[in-house]
Amino acid sequence: MNTQPNAMNESSIQSQGTEPAAVSALRVMYWSIRREIWENRALYLAPLAAAAVFLFGFAINLAIMRRSGSPLLSPAQQQDLLMERYEFSASLIMGIAFLVGIFYSLDALYGERRDRSILFWKSLPVSDLTTVLSKLIVPIVGLPLLSFAITIATQFIMLVMTSVVLLGSGVNIAALWREVSFLHFSLVLLYHVLTVHGLYYAPIYGWLLMVSAWAPRAPFIWAFLPPFVICGVEKIAFNKTHFCTLLGERLTGPGGTMAENDHTKNFSTLIPHHFFSEPGLWIGLAIAAIFLAIAVRLRRYRGPI
Amino acid sequence: MNVIDARGLRKTFGKTIALDGVDLHVDEGRILGLIGPNGAGKSTALNAILGLTPYQGELRVLGRDPWGERDQLMRDVCFISDVAVLPRWMRVSQALDYVAGVHPRFDRAKAQSFLAKTTIQHSSKIRQLSKGMVVQLHLALVMSIDARLLVLDEPTLGLDIIFRKQFYDSLLNDYFDRSRTIVVTTHQVEELQHILTDLMFMDRGRIVLNCTMEEFESRYVELTVNPDRAPAARALKPMYERQVFGRSILIFDLKPDLATNQTFDRQQLASLGEARTPSIADLFVAVVGNQYAAQRQGAAQ
Repeated sequence: MNTQPNAMNESSIQSQGTEPAAVSALRVMYWSIRREIWENRALYLAPLAAAAVFLFGFAINLAIMRRSGSPLLSPAQQQDLLMERYEFSASLIMGIAFLVGIFYSLDALYGERRDRSILFWKSLPVSDLTTVLSKLIVPIVGLPLLSFAITIATQFIMLVMTSVVLLGSGVNIAALWREVSFLHFSLVLLYHVLTVHGLYYAPIYGWLLMVSAWAPRAPFIWAFLPPFVICGVEKIAFNKTHFCTLLGERLTGPGGTMAENDHTKNFSTLIPHHFFSEPGLWIGLAIAAIFLAIAVRLRRYRGPI
Repeated sequence: MNVIDARGLRKTFGKTIALDGVDLHVDEGRILGLIGPNGAGKSTALNAILGLTPYQGELRVLGRDPWGERDQLMRDVCFISDVAVLPRWMRVSQALDYVAGVHPRFDRAKAQSFLAKTTIQHSSKIRQLSKGMVVQLHLALVMSIDARLLVLDEPTLGLDIIFRKQFYDSLLNDYFDRSRTIVVTTHQVEELQHILTDLMFMDRGRIVLNCTMEEFESRYVELTVNPDRAPAARALKPMYERQVFGRSILIFDLKPDLATNQTFDRQQLASLGEARTPSIADLFVAVVGNQYAAQRQGAAQ
């Protein structure tokens, strides 16, 4: 082939290869995460829809209470009632966010292979590690924070709605606002989403991402069948349920779910000292890291299907 | 320094040999056409160059190991692998934002000026665009990246003739210069004939022909002769012959052959009939077709 090698070409190629070609890793990560949100609008639409449905139900409930002229509750009773609803709204929104996170993770590295867009993503200077990490950050940081924000907003709206309905009914509204420990509850909730949904669920999302990177088709089946098979074999062959119990504990989080405990007790079981000294957390994070490393490696080898 | 430098490149899928010891050297400022039948190993070779698949043998692209350093390499290499790889859910404006966000050499203003020449709306989703428009968009993105090497794998497959023509025109007029290198594979070779600077034929994992276009034009002659002159022409040992409307079309390789001591030239051929440069497609059939024939003979013996 035509050979016209000259020193200038050589140096220009080399300098081009190294000098201004720097977009900071943080910026690439930012755009990778934004890209995920563009593609998966359900990430925020589903929790918002859950909140809207909940508020709608809550409004009807308030209207019925008002019309039936139910006996006036004491501020303490009001608080209990509101607290109960608070917890219900929180678990509804977070449950929906968890579901969305599962489906998101399962499709994250499978969908791009199915629609061949992986060839476009790989034509850009974004490493497989950045891509896989961005797809992990969305369910373990983005979704929990988002569901936290939506929950707090929902609860604030509930409080305002209650106040409006109770206005003029003789209930001391100032006392109501004072009694419902809004801030306290928010802190427990924030702590819960960041630790349980963020760190404790990390191996679950890691597993889903790995399956999503590997599955030749039907990632859903490949993700959920193996745990069932292991549970089944364990039960039939050895009459043990270690694996099942382990999975169950992983799903409910340390110290059981919020709903099972009363909120003040929950606060104490979730204190950082307890949570971070739990070996389950660290073992889980180690397993998550292994799953992720495999997912990164798989994405490197995988092309469109 | 070569832009692409491969020695003994091999790749197997189970028992299938996709690349069987390929040596490939591409200099800066060249436009190489990689031509071959389906399954010849073209795409595998390109995938190896782009760091999309592991390989055996030595391969350097812009001085880097593509498999080990894909993400750094992609700052200097662009590719269009297929007509339909842009994510269908994305909006045109999002595609611009994203590439501008992650690519250090992307010039957004340039991309917008390319898009302004088309009918593509920034607010459109890619799934709403026609196939031709998607290719225009992809080309606008790629041409706005200041890359050293552009790899095109069947970039115009399924496009109508107007889009195909536009595609290569804008590539040559608005993008290509002597500091860039383009490698392209396609089945629509006729459109490439006047664009390429280098030509490479691949068949069953091997390179069966590798020359510059100047060599191609000086070395190969297609001769059309009437039946009465055919025996005389055949005596000069053409590499390939076919019949069209009762006339013979023969393709000659003017490379001096030491074994047979062939010493004819273009003028001698022209005295027998109409001599001209063959099309790439006809030469391809001559080169690859001959190999199949030789193999069949070998099998028969």
